[in-house]
Amino acid sequence: MMLTLGHFLSLGAMIFALSVIGIFLNRKNLIVLLMAIELMLLAVNMNFVAFSYYLNDMAGQVFVFFILTVAAAESAIGLAILVLLFRNKSSINVEDLNTLQG
Amino acid sequence: MDAKTGLFYVFSAVILFAAFRVITARNPVHAALFLVLAFFQAAAIWMLLKAEFLAITLVLVYVGAVMVLFLFVVMMLDINLDSMRKGFWKHFPLAGAIGAIIALEMSYVLMGGFREPPKAVSAPGLGELANQVSNTKELGKLLYSDYIYPLEIAAVILLVAIIAAIALTLRERKDSKRINPADQVRVKARDRVRLVKMNSVTVSPSPTPISITEKNNQ
Repeated sequence: MMLTLGHFLSLGAMIFALSVIGIFLNRKNLIVLLMAIELMLLAVNMNFVAFSYYLNDMAGQVFVFFILTVAAAESAIGLAILVLLFRNKSSINVEDLNTLQG
Repeated sequence: MDAKTGLFYVFSAVILFAAFRVITARNPVHAALFLVLAFFQAAAIWMLLKAEFLAITLVLVYVGAVMVLFLFVVMMLDINLDSMRKGFWKHFPLAGAIGAIIALEMSYVLMGGFREPPKAVSAPGLGELANQVSNTKELGKLLYSDYIYPLEIAAVILLVAIIAAIALTLRERKDSKRINPADQVRVKARDRVRLVKMNSVTVSPSPTPISITEKNNQ
């Protein structure tokens, strides 16, 4: 049995679905929420690399490179905001973040 | 079933288990460590896909930098685990339904569309070339020629992230004796020295020590 593109895309879809479930479950823990977002990015990157391999196009891997860059920046700023939030509110519960009344 | 397929299934099983533990782990430190495991397995799968540079970058950047940052933040925060787990399974029906819908839709589309081996593999393309020279070299050639402008923008994004993260978390010490150089430059003599008019004090001529003591005695 050969590995097809469908295998890798299905794996990406499963990781993505798991991280969506994680975002719904961890409503009280902002850190695990950020980790679930990192998992989502990983699933998307998996799809990009699989397409890049099966279609013989390096552009997919270049795109993964840029996604990695942006994801690193995003998690750094996200964690900085998280630290600031904990310093001010002493809680990382998402439901406590209602000061903007949105 | 060749070795590559077997390896793919092993790595996939471990990555799915790790992802499941990330979202259900009780302790955030365990969640971070399981996320490290998931990243390692993903790097191994990318190795199967002949993307060596990205696999190593994933381990270096994610496991080496981002996950260490996560661990530091988890250990810095003093969070109450018991109150956090309260109502954890309350949202599970909704979450499970949405996850199942996503998985079913994606598998329907993917199994319908990508089951047969793609045709582009047979055509000689860039990948054939990439099999002969290193993946890193190919990626570098593309990055520094066609994608040089996006690369510069990515560098600027990283710089912005550094400055934003430091500026957000910087906290000034209250007891710091630091002085502001701008204030130092802008200071004027008028603000610093105050001239006070007062009457001159005349000293009495040659009071001898003896006379002073006599005065005190009287």
